[in-house]
Amino acid sequence: MRAAGRIVSVNGPVLRASGMREFSMREMVHAGKLSLLGEIIRLDGDEAVIQVFEETAGLRTGEPVVGAGAPLSMSLGPGLLGSIFDGIGRPLRKLLEKEGSFVSRGVNIPQLDPDASWDVTPLGKVGDVVTGGTPIATVRETSLVEHRILTPPGVEGEILSILPAGFHRGSETVARLRDGRGRERVVPMISSWPVRTARPVAERLLPDEPLLTGQRVIDGLFPLSKGGVSAIPGGFGTGKTVTQHQLAKWSDAHIVVYIGCGERGNEMTQVLEEFPVLEDPRSGKPLMERTVLIANTSNMPVAAREASIYTGITIAEYYRDMGYDVALMADSTSRWAEALREISGRLGEIPAEEGFPAYLPTRIAEFYERAGKVTTLGGTRGSISIIGAVSPPGGDFTEPVTRHTKRFIRCFWALDQQLARSRHFPAISWTDSYSEYGDEVKTWYEANVDAAWTSLRDRARALLAEDDSIQQIIRLVGEDVLPDDQKLTALTASLLKNGYLQQGAFGPDSYCPPRKGIAILDIMIGFHERAKGMIARGCPLSPLRKMDELVELAHLRELPWDKPEAFDDLKRRLVKRMMEIDRERLATRATGSVRL
Amino acid sequence: MSTEYVGVNSISGPFLMLGGIPHAGYDEIVEVRSQDGTSRTGRVVLVSEKATLVQVFAGTEGLSPAGTSVRFTGRELEIALSPAMLGRTFSGLGEPLDDCGPVLGGVRRPVGGAAINPMGREYPRDFISTGVSSIDVLLTLIRGQKLPIFSGNGLPHNALAVQIATQSKLAGAENFAVVFAGIGIKHDDAAYFRDRLTAGGHGGNLVLFLNLADDPPVERIATPRLALTTAEYLAFDLGMHVLVIMTDMTSYCEALRELSVAKGEVPSRKGYPSYLYSDLASLYERAGVLRNGRGSVTQIPILTMPNDDITHPIPDLTGFITEGQIVLSRDLEARRIYPPVEILPSLSRLMKDGIGKGYTRDDHPNLAGQLFASYSRVHEVRALASVVGADELGKADQASLAFGDAFERGFLSQGAAENREIGQSLDMGWELLSKLPVQELSHLSMEDLERFIKKGSGADDAGAQARP
Repeated sequence: MRAAGRIVSVNGPVLRASGMREFSMREMVHAGKLSLLGEIIRLDGDEAVIQVFEETAGLRTGEPVVGAGAPLSMSLGPGLLGSIFDGIGRPLRKLLEKEGSFVSRGVNIPQLDPDASWDVTPLGKVGDVVTGGTPIATVRETSLVEHRILTPPGVEGEILSILPAGFHRGSETVARLRDGRGRERVVPMISSWPVRTARPVAERLLPDEPLLTGQRVIDGLFPLSKGGVSAIPGGFGTGKTVTQHQLAKWSDAHIVVYIGCGERGNEMTQVLEEFPVLEDPRSGKPLMERTVLIANTSNMPVAAREASIYTGITIAEYYRDMGYDVALMADSTSRWAEALREISGRLGEIPAEEGFPAYLPTRIAEFYERAGKVTTLGGTRGSISIIGAVSPPGGDFTEPVTRHTKRFIRCFWALDQQLARSRHFPAISWTDSYSEYGDEVKTWYEANVDAAWTSLRDRARALLAEDDSIQQIIRLVGEDVLPDDQKLTALTASLLKNGYLQQGAFGPDSYCPPRKGIAILDIMIGFHERAKGMIARGCPLSPLRKMDELVELAHLRELPWDKPEAFDDLKRRLVKRMMEIDRERLATRATGSVRL
Repeated sequence: MSTEYVGVNSISGPFLMLGGIPHAGYDEIVEVRSQDGTSRTGRVVLVSEKATLVQVFAGTEGLSPAGTSVRFTGRELEIALSPAMLGRTFSGLGEPLDDCGPVLGGVRRPVGGAAINPMGREYPRDFISTGVSSIDVLLTLIRGQKLPIFSGNGLPHNALAVQIATQSKLAGAENFAVVFAGIGIKHDDAAYFRDRLTAGGHGGNLVLFLNLADDPPVERIATPRLALTTAEYLAFDLGMHVLVIMTDMTSYCEALRELSVAKGEVPSRKGYPSYLYSDLASLYERAGVLRNGRGSVTQIPILTMPNDDITHPIPDLTGFITEGQIVLSRDLEARRIYPPVEILPSLSRLMKDGIGKGYTRDDHPNLAGQLFASYSRVHEVRALASVVGADELGKADQASLAFGDAFERGFLSQGAAENREIGQSLDMGWELLSKLPVQELSHLSMEDLERFIKKGSGADDAGAQARP
């Protein structure tokens, strides 16, 4: 604790205090008699500007401001998984036990429980030399995840002592080291890291492996890489949060960090109730065992909303450094940007566009650039993929947050209001969305899922694009006047939309293995190619349109993948039926020249 | 702490500017006394060593800089709560408007309200039967949900809110209460709500807070908070299921803008303050079910969209916070369809977990999805028909048009006092769908098709699909 300053003014979440010469930029402070947590964001001679992470009602001038001596930090160690924290890292479960159903102010509880006991297995022995980022012990954090206690970045030396295998408390020191200069350094079980500083890595790599999401439109058309960055923009009701939840549930990341930033309390509660009972499709363990939640609901203080993004990404970096693939969902980055705007407005800064501060794009870039596939300091591979929801006012994608976000992401899943209104979910538009990762993950898909992945994907996208212009004609003159080949394109496109792109978030279709998605796509594209050939040879479309197998094809997604032969069977029957139609036509033509 | 200061430096709009007051608290409530001795309530909105800014709820009319005295109470805005509030009517600042005198005893609570810990919430799943087909089947209301009505001037949002409040299955039950917050509403509207809500004999379960259109706008900031604090007390202390109707949220936002501009804050979209989202959230988020509580707070805020524009900041930010929205349509109203619920832009976010097997009926989710999709197609076909003429349409499109008309006249439309059972509404939905060709029904599962859509029916009429 340091010399205290005094509050001279209060304006919403922004305080000014005098007597602050001793304090440093971004230092955490405890403000007023209530000891509210805040952070110094400007120093001007003797005066400091402080943003307060808690509701400031009742703060008075003259009350003390005490420095914490450190910037806003997150405790890192076993116990993060399965937990829920608020924007500044306070554990909400403990807060509930201590303070009841409503979040109260000025509560000081440790972010991670120092008294929890963990089963520690040391990896080194006395005399070994370790460097920053290397694992020194493992802890069984959940049945799904092995937690690796790392030597903190910047710490290295010879092990003087290390904990024996067995149960130890979180507050214990795992190892003592002597560094090159003879100083003693410690490796604690629970370390701390300033959230606004990115954790260092050895090397950044090209993200060439896909993050499989179990969502057909994403895995099939607009893939995301492990280490990639993607944005989901959409007006209200277009399904941002449901899509984010789907990715949190089904993506094949080792760790999921979900940040509810300025969103609904009930949505966080839903995750809290659902994830412990939902099973990871790969391991069969509860999804909660790999999930960390950060909740700053929309009625929690705005400064903590600004911090929540950093708290989340710091946790993600910590698990990445252990060599895990981490997926981070930020819902919604617009609320974070608006928090910046609100604080900026209270500071009287000159606004750039729509009241947002001029440094908005810099902050967005800093955040998304903390993603990536890397070689860690410890020499293993790890990655952070970021999926950021954007909530553009009025669903207008030209507003500053969406526009600047687009500059720093490489995968864009645009949610379409029209699709959402006709209940086509996920409402990811096939015309406005894009993924720059398609070419990078191509090799992986072709080797691991299906050699035809690229060609099927290209065919499907071309077909949908062609259909878009055909739909414009249909809207003007109706479908009846179109030639059969265009009607066929419209028919296949409608099959794709209804039977492939749409996917219920609730029920058995919620997770679609990549192979199943490709199998459906294969049959649909196969149908189209064959029908196109028949039409070119003069066969009318109507008998093809009436095939029962097409109704089955549109509903193929309902079948579970545990019987792949059902898919082959339909494919066989479809081809057979089409050949019959072709033969019948030839027969009629041979005998029925009267018709002409 | 209750020091009294005589004289203020300046008076501007609803604000009094005082010199630096030692120990003045941010958000503290003050009592402002004019020279003739009458007192009014104010709130500290800015404190610094040099100046203190006080916002006076009832306005500054009649105050003079020399004759005004200000007493600092050391408290935030509070309300006295007790079970005796049921059946009472209060002003927008919580003063009794009826002749029953002040609420005695009970507990005092600050009206600001702390955020509910997401860990302390229980995810809302209990279906509320409102008896309105469009809401029950397509926009299901869940106990603990916040589901606003997006309306426009002249649309029957008041009638719909009253119908929901009186028909919901909870009504009449011992532990059901309605808290009504009138924010800048017309005298006529206030009278309408009071008459209708007390008509069924539920007057004893009703608490009214009325800030009328000619009351000071500054008070409007307090009115919904008083109502919500009361609702939370009734729900979480007394274990009641509370329905909060707040109308008109547009007036609330206008008042917020007026104050923000008067304070000289940097405006954001359309002159509204940059904290409009946070401020609205501090109201709307006060709905829900607690894990260790018995009651629930369900909110139906009503807002009139300026110029019927759903992208205006007020409905836009509301839609981002609330769990869906019920949008009323001027077009349907003009065709005398009541309730004129425009279902396509409407949504209930909590519906997915509160319907289906064990809640309403197992066929409900797919039926709702298909009705939305088919009705959405109706709009496309109507647009096409207006270009090429209805006679030129194919049979599938004709079927779609017929479905659309039947849906609007038969399903959407009902009497203001007509209370339909959920089963009845669902059956009506299936009957409508059976008129459409099978390949139009892609939201249904193969199983649904066999169970509910009779083979051959509709398909023959449409011609496009001749199933053997």
